Amino acid sequence: MTEILLFAIPALLIILGALIVVFAKNPVHNAMGLVLTLTSLAIVYITLNATFVAMVQMLVYAGAVMTLFLFVIMMIGVDKPEQSRKEIKGQTFLISGTLILLVSIIVYIGLENGLNWDLLFPESENAIEGTPSLLASSMFTSWVFPFEVISILLIVATTSALALAYEFKKSESND
Amino acid sequence: MSLRKVNPMIEVTSDWYLTLSAILFSIGFLGMMFRKNALIMFMCIELMLNAVNLTFITASKHLGLIDGQIAVFFVLVVAAAEVVVGLAIIVSIFKKQESASVDMLSSSKG
Repeated sequence: MTEILLFAIPALLIILGALIVVFAKNPVHNAMGLVLTLTSLAIVYITLNATFVAMVQMLVYAGAVMTLFLFVIMMIGVDKPEQSRKEIKGQTFLISGTLILLVSIIVYIGLENGLNWDLLFPESENAIEGTPSLLASSMFTSWVFPFEVISILLIVATTSALALAYEFKKSESND
Repeated sequence: MSLRKVNPMIEVTSDWYLTLSAILFSIGFLGMMFRKNALIMFMCIELMLNAVNLTFITASKHLGLIDGQIAVFFVLVVAAAEVVVGLAIIVSIFKKQESASVDMLSSSKG
């Protein structure tokens, strides 16, 4: 019973937060809904034995990324209503069609098979605990090349953000 | 229907987590199509990335392998880089046209 509650309560909070992200009008409320979703996801990660990932989720997503989002929301103003001059032809129709399709697929799987996704592999007996030492022993041996590539990606992202935000003196003097 | 039966022997299996992940991805996709504010579209991308992360961690537990959790780290870094660049673009667009709505971004047409 405890297991079910540990799944159900965070799951409800995740879906509630996601709906707030999509439907709230005020951007600050959207950001708070996203914080709710990310925090509840961290709880779900702990129940899935991924404790270190849960901690990183709290630090990086709910901490750093959300601070960045809130910073930009405050910078560009929260009081502006959503402006839309033109709609893409049949946009509402396409959106509701896509939504109905996605929901009906989930409901079909839920009702037809009793929430059974027919997974290819049986559940493993080998229980793992996502501790930092276990993660590091894999990341710095077999995953070391992707690790280096991801560091290059971060440098490129930082440089490009700098290039986008920085006003170069040269172009100013030309104007 | 099996969820309705209140059975004390019922177990939380990987399928439940995968269903939750599918619902979360659908909501994120809906928001991506539905909203026009570029910031909120970015938040919906975050929702979809998190749905994928949940799938990775579920698979990691289901198969008893640590690699799924390492993949989550890479997704996390890509998401952070994407947010940094995306928000810088939004800010520089906002400086020009005082709006974060994607409808007015016809200037980036090829």
